[in-house]
Amino acid sequence: MYIRNFTYLEPKTIEEALAMKANLGIKSSIIAGGTDLLIKMKHHSINPDFVIGLNSIPDLDYIKINTDNELVIGTMAKLTSIEESNEIKNYFPALAHSASVTATVQIRNMGTLVGNICNASPSADNATPLLAYDAKVVIMNQSGNRIVAMDEFFKGPGKSALETGEIVKEFILPVPSKMTGSSYQKVSTRSKVDIAGICVSALISLDKDGKIAKARIALGAVAPIPFRVYKAEELLIGKIPNIELLKEASKIAREESTPISDMRSSADYRKAMVEVLTFRVLEASIQSATKKKN
Amino acid sequence: MSKVNVILKVNGDLYEVAVNPSKTLVEVLREDLQLMGTKIGCQTGDCGACSVLINGKSACSCLTLAIESQNKEITTIEGLAPSGEELHPIQEAFVKEGAIQCGYCTPGMIMSAKHLLDKNPTPSELQIRQAISGNLCRCTGYARIVKAIQVASEKMNKSAKES
Ligand SMILES: Cc1cc2nc3c(=O)[nH]c(=O)nc-3n(C[C@H](O)[C@H](O)[C@H](O)COP(=O)(O)OP(=O)(O)OC[C@H]3O[C@@H](n4cnc5c(N)ncnc54)[C@H](O)[C@@H]3O)c2cc1C
Ligand code: FES
Ligand code: FES
Repeated sequence: MYIRNFTYLEPKTIEEALAMKANLGIKSSIIAGGTDLLIKMKHHSINPDFVIGLNSIPDLDYIKINTDNELVIGTMAKLTSIEESNEIKNYFPALAHSASVTATVQIRNMGTLVGNICNASPSADNATPLLAYDAKVVIMNQSGNRIVAMDEFFKGPGKSALETGEIVKEFILPVPSKMTGSSYQKVSTRSKVDIAGICVSALISLDKDGKIAKARIALGAVAPIPFRVYKAEELLIGKIPNIELLKEASKIAREESTPISDMRSSADYRKAMVEVLTFRVLEASIQSATKKKN
Repeated sequence: MSKVNVILKVNGDLYEVAVNPSKTLVEVLREDLQLMGTKIGCQTGDCGACSVLINGKSACSCLTLAIESQNKEITTIEGLAPSGEELHPIQEAFVKEGAIQCGYCTPGMIMSAKHLLDKNPTPSELQIRQAISGNLCRCTGYARIVKAIQVASEKMNKSAKES
């Protein structure tokens, strides 16, 4: 399992990295933690001539709340830091949870959240929480920054909105309103270590009358990309939550999923589990939103 | 695409080696530095046999480029018992509790245990099991390994109190 040799480039600033990426285009790959990239290079499914390391650019691993009350996660923030961040645990518990059940301790110490998303795997553990939290992806290129909404970022298995020559700078997540609950659940064979067979996130905000003011349901590993179930979200808006309503939304999630059968799970099992997990994450989100109301 | 000079700090010692940028840390540790304690299992991050500490955090040295390991403190299993005679309390507990059969997983297991106990000196059984969930053992079964880590944690806490 050898990796084909390459030239390693070590930019010291983001501008330098962008210039390298613009010059070298598809002959080059960005490496963050390397836990996805190096495996592909070992399997020779990618053989870049140049590898551009972001390791030596200082201070890219920030996790902070900015003055607009948004959480900003820098490109080199490791999954372990996501899992342990107090801001994320407090305001974005579904993301803290998904990070804590991604891979193993070692891989979480190495791998970044940005790498998990840029890899654009349909089963990326942290994709559905970012969809549920309306994350924005800040993408840099030599002419400046552009922002892509999370639900427009994934284009297909392994494909994203990133163009050649672009680098992700950070994610921005608006801090949810006070009466909000959110939840993440996954099913996989070898518990944590394994890639998710199915993963689901939800977010529910209630208004002062207890009606659903905002709803997000996002599914992973059951379609070519992680996606939001808009139809089920719309069903929930303006209603007082009850079990029948959540069941109906969960059924829509099942219908909207188009899973395949593979070594991890069969398509039928995945569909059945989408319904079960959607119900559970909705129930958990509503419970925690209700608690904050009282 | 020629070799580049890389300076690594392993167990407190500095080494300068000329390597291909494509070389992983575990390859350099074993082939260039002759530090054979760190094992190679799957090569793909799944088994944990190659675990080392990088700046105090456990990492798979099979998925880490040597060239990206510069300016960092690397600790391998050899670093836990530098004299080669006196064992680290975690190593001692593994021996005493029979947590070793073929021993192939042991260096990686012990580095994961070290990472855990440095962070959390009094882990619960569940926390221990979670901490070694990235390390596979094909012989011993995990019960004795978990026990050994518990015993090590008690011993280390006791001697920390005494000193
Ligand atoms: C044993 C093992 C278990 C795993 N288990 C899971 C799991 O349970 N769930 C899961 O979701 N994933 C899992 N993974 C996959 C992987 O660990 C994660 O996706 C990780 O978060 C990737 O981050 P990284 O920093 O290592 O990415 P890298 O490998 O460095 O990069 C991944 C991709 O993103 C690109 N990239 C990185 N940063 C940027 C940037 N700033 N701008 C543009 N492109 C960029 C790279 O070019 C590359 O194509 C597992 C991997 C292993 C080895
Ligand atoms: S050899 Fe590195 S994890 Fe298996
Ligand atoms: S003792 Fe043989 S693999 Fe663990």
